[in-house]
Amino acid sequence: MEDKGLSLKKKPTNPRSLFDSFWTGVASLCMIITLIPLFAVLFFVGAQGFAQINLDLFTQLPPPPGLKDGGIANAIIGTLVTVAIATAISVPFGVLAAVYLSEFSGNNQIAKWVRFATNVLSGVPSIIAGVFAYGLLVATGIVGFSAIAGGVALSVLMLPTIIRTTDEALQIVPQDVRWAAFGIGAYNYQTVLKVVLPAAIPSILTGVTLAIARAAGETAPLIFTALYSNFWPSPPPKGLLEPIATLSVLVYNYAIVPFKPQQELAWAGSLILVLLVLITSVTARIATRQKTY
Amino acid sequence: MEKMEKDSIPVDNLENVFSLDHVDIYYGDYRAVRDVTFTIPKNKVTAFIGPSGCGKSTILRCLNRLNDLIEIFRLDGKVFYHGQDLYASDIDPIEVRKRIGMVFQKPNPFPKTIYDNIAYGARVNNYKGDLDELVENSLRRAVLWDEVKDKLGESGFSLSGGQQQRLCIARTIAAQPEVVLMDEPCSALDPISTLKIEELMHELKENYTIVIVTHNMQQATRVADYTAFFNAEATDKGSKVGFLVEYDQTETIFGNPSHQDTQDYVSGRFG
Repeated sequence: MEDKGLSLKKKPTNPRSLFDSFWTGVASLCMIITLIPLFAVLFFVGAQGFAQINLDLFTQLPPPPGLKDGGIANAIIGTLVTVAIATAISVPFGVLAAVYLSEFSGNNQIAKWVRFATNVLSGVPSIIAGVFAYGLLVATGIVGFSAIAGGVALSVLMLPTIIRTTDEALQIVPQDVRWAAFGIGAYNYQTVLKVVLPAAIPSILTGVTLAIARAAGETAPLIFTALYSNFWPSPPPKGLLEPIATLSVLVYNYAIVPFKPQQELAWAGSLILVLLVLITSVTARIATRQKTY
Repeated sequence: MEKMEKDSIPVDNLENVFSLDHVDIYYGDYRAVRDVTFTIPKNKVTAFIGPSGCGKSTILRCLNRLNDLIEIFRLDGKVFYHGQDLYASDIDPIEVRKRIGMVFQKPNPFPKTIYDNIAYGARVNNYKGDLDELVENSLRRAVLWDEVKDKLGESGFSLSGGQQQRLCIARTIAAQPEVVLMDEPCSALDPISTLKIEELMHELKENYTIVIVTHNMQQATRVADYTAFFNAEATDKGSKVGFLVEYDQTETIFGNPSHQDTQDYVSGRFG
């Protein structure tokens, strides 16, 4: 017989081993439960939506109430246009604001307040962003219900994500590298533009893509800024100043009407939206894999 | 390792690049270095040695105004570079750093290709000549060319630590400075890489003035013509302040120092 005290064998019935297995089990179970909503949504949207997918969906307008067939092409275009406007506004402002915070502010009082304000902004309910854009652009008659008003509302939602991820991405770039650039006589702008920003680009791209994915799915801020339209958007610039359909608002409108064809389009719209968001998010994850630091 | 040839002219008889005059360095209210006065000769290797916290890196960084990046940094006294007061109000620190390059303790290549790492310094300085030639020359002078000539397009991070440090030295040289400051350049490297960099320093002093901070006393004896020994002492407030104990030819510092503290430190009997 071996000496008991020296045995290194596993003792599965030992109370500590049992305790260990029990909590591992509980943690795994909780993990699975949290995944249920995600897969349930994907499953139902997929099951209901896939049946509706055909060429018409991407090329036709929605049918008038009571009629069948048609598609959601105008809403797909509308979502792309609105999100593009939002991105065009929020990326330059957000990235440059973050560059100031991380590279030029020296963590002064202004920077602290801006960071705080950014965090507050990221907690602002999306409908408030919509009210803001409505009050700023629509109620005042500057542009009226339009893709631009919708884009501004979405850009307000995108800004905090972009500022925060860019700020973090820039701060991850080691101080060594900045010193190295200064050490050979680079100006501040040369250091930031040629060394720090390029090193942070993968992470910045991730932040931007995540912000885009979030904005694309927003409904509330669009209801009273971009409004909705059953028709093709006019060619720009006129088209940017008129009410425009978006996927999320289309889903909101059609999901509650009593007509089956419209309800089916709402499912299809949901699926396209989920796929858009999923694809952007996955792209973002893949982009982050090539991190510099 | 064979003993490298050293000059044995007293430092006062040489042309100076730097001249420090009663330099005090403060971080906020805290005085890190007190009353340092000495000169650094041209085209020689000067080593700063001393225990941790004695301010040798701080003094090194004040030679190219890199400490300016630390907000609470303040310097009293004068630092002259070829007779110009480096801390005069009309001096552009960026011009200073273009002439006085720096190699850091940890190799810190840019996240760029090997080629662009070198070319960056040249581009920063609006270099008008043949960039390819400059890159090759700089890499050759840093004794790295043969190892990287076939992979100039690869990331600087793909190199080993020792190669990265030589890349950083090449990058510094490419900016065409007059002085190269080195802050413990070999502390993160293995002995073979260290040896290569030491040989490199010996080559470089033909054209450059080199100032090196090192914790490795054998290294100081191997590479330095002149050595400054710094020490730190406790102040009333409980913090430590660094000061210059002794500055002389390396052989004198290690062979026949005039202070007991120096003797204790170089013979390893320090605290």
